[in-house]
Amino acid sequence: MTFFQETSTQNRSDTVFKSITIIGAGIILLIMGALFVQLIISSGLSLKAFGFNFLITNVWDPIREQFGAASSIYGTLVSTFIAMLFAVPLSILIAFFLVELSHPGIAKWISTGIELLAAVPSIIYGMWGLFVFAPFMAEYIQPFLKSVFGNIGLFEGPPIGIGMLTAGIILAFMVLPFITAVVRDVFAMVPSVVKESAYGMGSTTWETAHKVTIRYGIQGIIGAAFLGLGRAIGETMAVTFVIGNAHRISASLFAPANSITATLANEFTEASEPLYLSTLIELGLVLFVVTFLIQVAAQLWLRRVKKSMGAQ
Amino acid sequence: MTSELQKEKGWISVRNLNFFYGNQQALFDNTIEIEPKKVTAIIGPSGCGKSTHLRVYNRIFELYRDQRAEGEVLLDGENILAGKQDLIELRKKVGMIFQKPTPFPMSVHDNVAYGLKLHYKLNKSETAGRIETALQQAALWDEVKDKLDKPGTALSGGQQQRLCIARALAVEPEIILMDEPTSAIDPVATAKIEDLIETLKGKYTIVIVTHNMQQAARISQNTAFFFEGHIVEIGKTKELFTRPKKEQTENYITGRFG
Amino acid sequence: MRKRPAKFRKMTNSLVSGLAVFSSLLGLFILGWILYTVLVRGIAAFSWEFFTELPAPPGMEGGGLANAMAGTLVLTLLATVIGVPIGLLGGIYLSEFGQHSKFAEWVRFFNNILMGTPSIIIGVFIYTLLVVPLGHFSAYSGAVALAVMMLPVVARTTEDMLQLVPNALREAALAMGTPRWKTTLNVIFRAAKTGLITGVLLSIARISGETAPLLFTALNSPYWFSNLSEPTANLTVTIFNYAMSPYADWQQMAWGASLLISVGVLSVTLFTRFVLLREKK
Repeated sequence: MTFFQETSTQNRSDTVFKSITIIGAGIILLIMGALFVQLIISSGLSLKAFGFNFLITNVWDPIREQFGAASSIYGTLVSTFIAMLFAVPLSILIAFFLVELSHPGIAKWISTGIELLAAVPSIIYGMWGLFVFAPFMAEYIQPFLKSVFGNIGLFEGPPIGIGMLTAGIILAFMVLPFITAVVRDVFAMVPSVVKESAYGMGSTTWETAHKVTIRYGIQGIIGAAFLGLGRAIGETMAVTFVIGNAHRISASLFAPANSITATLANEFTEASEPLYLSTLIELGLVLFVVTFLIQVAAQLWLRRVKKSMGAQ
Repeated sequence: MTSELQKEKGWISVRNLNFFYGNQQALFDNTIEIEPKKVTAIIGPSGCGKSTHLRVYNRIFELYRDQRAEGEVLLDGENILAGKQDLIELRKKVGMIFQKPTPFPMSVHDNVAYGLKLHYKLNKSETAGRIETALQQAALWDEVKDKLDKPGTALSGGQQQRLCIARALAVEPEIILMDEPTSAIDPVATAKIEDLIETLKGKYTIVIVTHNMQQAARISQNTAFFFEGHIVEIGKTKELFTRPKKEQTENYITGRFG
Repeated sequence: MRKRPAKFRKMTNSLVSGLAVFSSLLGLFILGWILYTVLVRGIAAFSWEFFTELPAPPGMEGGGLANAMAGTLVLTLLATVIGVPIGLLGGIYLSEFGQHSKFAEWVRFFNNILMGTPSIIIGVFIYTLLVVPLGHFSAYSGAVALAVMMLPVVARTTEDMLQLVPNALREAALAMGTPRWKTTLNVIFRAAKTGLITGVLLSIARISGETAPLLFTALNSPYWFSNLSEPTANLTVTIFNYAMSPYADWQQMAWGASLLISVGVLSVTLFTRFVLLREKK
């Protein structure tokens, strides 16, 4: 009796070839592991000096070497939140238009346009944001918001254009295509019989989408939002150009602020002291851990969704 | 009988072959002698394991990690399931034709030259000669001699299948396995391929899996009837179709199931 | 039973449909606005000197970004040379050998995560890995950072494209007695050619517009590219530095560089979309 598997193949060149491809695949894992190790080792100084307080204190004094990342973390969270606040509903509406309302020929052109938003390099968003969109915000949008809501709280301070709100809106347009693409696929995956039975009950197009399609695909949409979130939170150049680079936490969305990525981009090459540099690397580590967890969650979630959709 | 068979190249002797997809057993104790230089048809209802059985002869099933075979398949007296079997040598001796035509994404010429370059060192004129011979054997030469540079995928379905046969013939195998070679092409092209098989018998051992009993009756000398992973009956085609020994065989060939 | 007025429902429907149309147009409008701005302001910066000369100090007439253009080409090329082969190999492993093995599942999982890792983190990583031990910023650090960005994209598209090739073709090639490596490289790769080229081109387009991974690796330089172990001028970091400067003529240069980068990236993207993918059909 003989028992064998593919490995019994004697051809040596194949064994070599397979081994080389395994090395290629292994490098991917190696990079992932090295990323963690390198960032942890290199932020050692900072971890020792500030410990957990690093995350919650708001000081940024390179001269006295006192660092707390609260303002950067706060800025990252708020700008990302604003981005999602705009991007998720916009994406759902665009997907709704593409799948349910538009003529397929037109939908093709519009989705090409939306996808191109993702191809535009982030530094271009930065240029446009700083020189075109921020002045536009200062001139029209911010005064308008002030006149409606008053000069208080979120909208306090002079309308200078740069700041959290502008950064958030630009981020929204950057992640929009990623979320739209997934939501569109989710919409298209809903079996037409399900939609037809909703129409058959006398539902309008939006009622069908809202009560049937979205509910049917809600898990996929959540997964898409996670993916968009992961992108927005790590976006660097566009944010760096328009957020204002001020290490402080203010309630107003009009005030200059900072984010983890902007702090890194602006200060990394200027950090001459080892502790300063280590602090910045720890900031990177924080961002990496957060995006890592978001990515893991998004992947596991989408995998589950795919399984349950496949089972239906 | 075995000793007589062994005088000619291209005899296959299968002994107690069991086959598994993961934990699922698909073939049970298959034992069969394939006579050299004859056409043997394997028939049976779909899912009976006939293709699975055929795919052991060149160990192509090993592409999939959860499939495995146990038992012995002797080719010219050597057990091809033994670990030391060189797969490349094995597959040079055993050509295979698939359900759907599988021209490679290259020209007609390069398709036929493919195996030649793989297994032989030939100069230009030798290669050209062998290519022409193979295409003629496959009854395709007249149709493609002016478009040898055209991509193989540009031919019609029936021509593609004959191209695949030419590609297999070019390396001068002893055995040709055919896994429902006409199930994806039209009746006229099917007739051409059946004629072609007719001309090849006597030169090659041909094992053909088919779900078409008329086809089996037309082209084969021996037939094996498979049912649920077991070989129910083996015999001369004429006898098996006219005087089946087993009730299951009779039920199948008279169309009571399958 | 009270009836819900259909009028209200219809109004809601129209309102949402209107919003959907508006959102789609808004997306297109933003795209158009960005491209228009880059085009108009960028062209104003173009001149013979812009393409042929080294940068001039602020306030001085003339000067160009020829060194940054050359540097970006070198960095992109070098990153491609490093990243694409490894990515192809990883993709081949996943599609042809690993399939559903535990190891392959892990590779696939972390490959996706690497793909979503912020580019600035990759920059910091390569800084700690190469720049610190070697003691200087350099072209190859920059190229390695870009290669790390390319690698997961190429691996993923390679796997996807190889998976599109029907198994029958693999079986046919193997049944001829072709070794696995030849089957993959001669037959399967050929069948998946268009898809593979698309994947590689898109990954090149993606990295050629990247800034963040270069900030702490290749850095920037006012000089011509001379060798791989020195800081290297490149368009994207130049845009960042110039845009943040207070000098109008530097900002003008930044717009010129922005136009170059945009044209490069978008034309490759559109080429793959309209030429390669159409050809495939």
